[in-house]
Amino acid sequence: MNGVTNLAATDRRPETPLELHAENHHSPYQAHHFTDMAQQFDAAKMGMWLFLLTEILLFGGLFCAYAIYSTEHAAMFHSAHKMLDWKMGALNTVVLITSSLTVALAIRSIQLNQRKAAIWLLVVTIACAAVFLVVKYFEYSHKIHLGLLPGNFYHYDGSEGVIIGNNPHIYFGIYFAMTGLHGLHVVIGMIVLGWVLLRLIKGEFNSEYYTPVELGGLYWHLVDLIWIYLFPLLYLIG
Amino acid sequence: MQPTHAHAASHQSQQSHSHHHIVPFKVNMAVGITLLVLTAVTVWIAQFDFGAMNMIVAMTVATVKAGLVVAYFMHLRYDNRFFLTMLLVCLIALTVFIVFTMIDQKSRTSIYDYEMQEIRKNAKMYEKKALTPPKDAVPAKH
Repeated sequence: MNGVTNLAATDRRPETPLELHAENHHSPYQAHHFTDMAQQFDAAKMGMWLFLLTEILLFGGLFCAYAIYSTEHAAMFHSAHKMLDWKMGALNTVVLITSSLTVALAIRSIQLNQRKAAIWLLVVTIACAAVFLVVKYFEYSHKIHLGLLPGNFYHYDGSEGVIIGNNPHIYFGIYFAMTGLHGLHVVIGMIVLGWVLLRLIKGEFNSEYYTPVELGGLYWHLVDLIWIYLFPLLYLIG
Repeated sequence: MQPTHAHAASHQSQQSHSHHHIVPFKVNMAVGITLLVLTAVTVWIAQFDFGAMNMIVAMTVATVKAGLVVAYFMHLRYDNRFFLTMLLVCLIALTVFIVFTMIDQKSRTSIYDYEMQEIRKNAKMYEKKALTPPKDAVPAKH
């Protein structure tokens, strides 16, 4: 040990962050502008919540578009929504709820310092996200094949049932915009949780410090929340 | 070294505060299972036609599910109350946005002498593309 870290060997006041940490007996995870770990954790969570609220408002615009067009074209919406396979939508709902549960349990595990369990639960969560995207891929490719597309790209020939009412491309515009933006969030969620998983494997988190796990989990729950509304609106009511 | 001592002492006293609430395993599982059951309810209930109530019934079930996710999975029930206040302010803003838009939407006909028009370019999709739906086409199954 040299004199830099061994305070007893030097006469000078503690200066480097390492020395100050040793001097003040606080967690090495705590930044100095926070009073304590709890305040630091709450500040991080508040920032995440503010971001999630902007996400809710972002999707809110699309929900408003849905509200306008579904009241204006009620019959067409009802007819067009039957082109979606509710079984696929229900399967994806189950997959997302399961993944929300596993990420909640992963946070619980790391709070209890059970790192192995947390790693496996996060792996299951990311696997569920992948399953969701695979199901979505099958749905999208079927729609694209049939020509059930937004705007000018719409060229459905009625081969799987006639859609009653004019402008059915509006329904599919809303369908693709809402599920597409949601799907993008699923992809981003996978990347975020993958990064959290890597740091978890490296052993960077424990019961004292697991803020990124908590915040990544919050993001993933938002993805689930949006889908909870999208599923009945698009697949069941129309 | 007086300040250092005070700092250390204050840390000791805050140790209990920094202990995070851990949601019990049973509660997590119960919420997860309830969410799956409510998904089944959503699908099951969609078979019945309540007319204008369809949307209200489906949105009520969805909101119960969302409430469970927010309260237990997102820990809002145990967290700082300020987070809940922020969420409610956001939801009120969103409600105002959608409700006022819908009031405008519903009252347009009494102000203007026209209603929302067909989008001309794509109004008659079948004619434009020379595609006629087959007469014997099977109605879409649900």
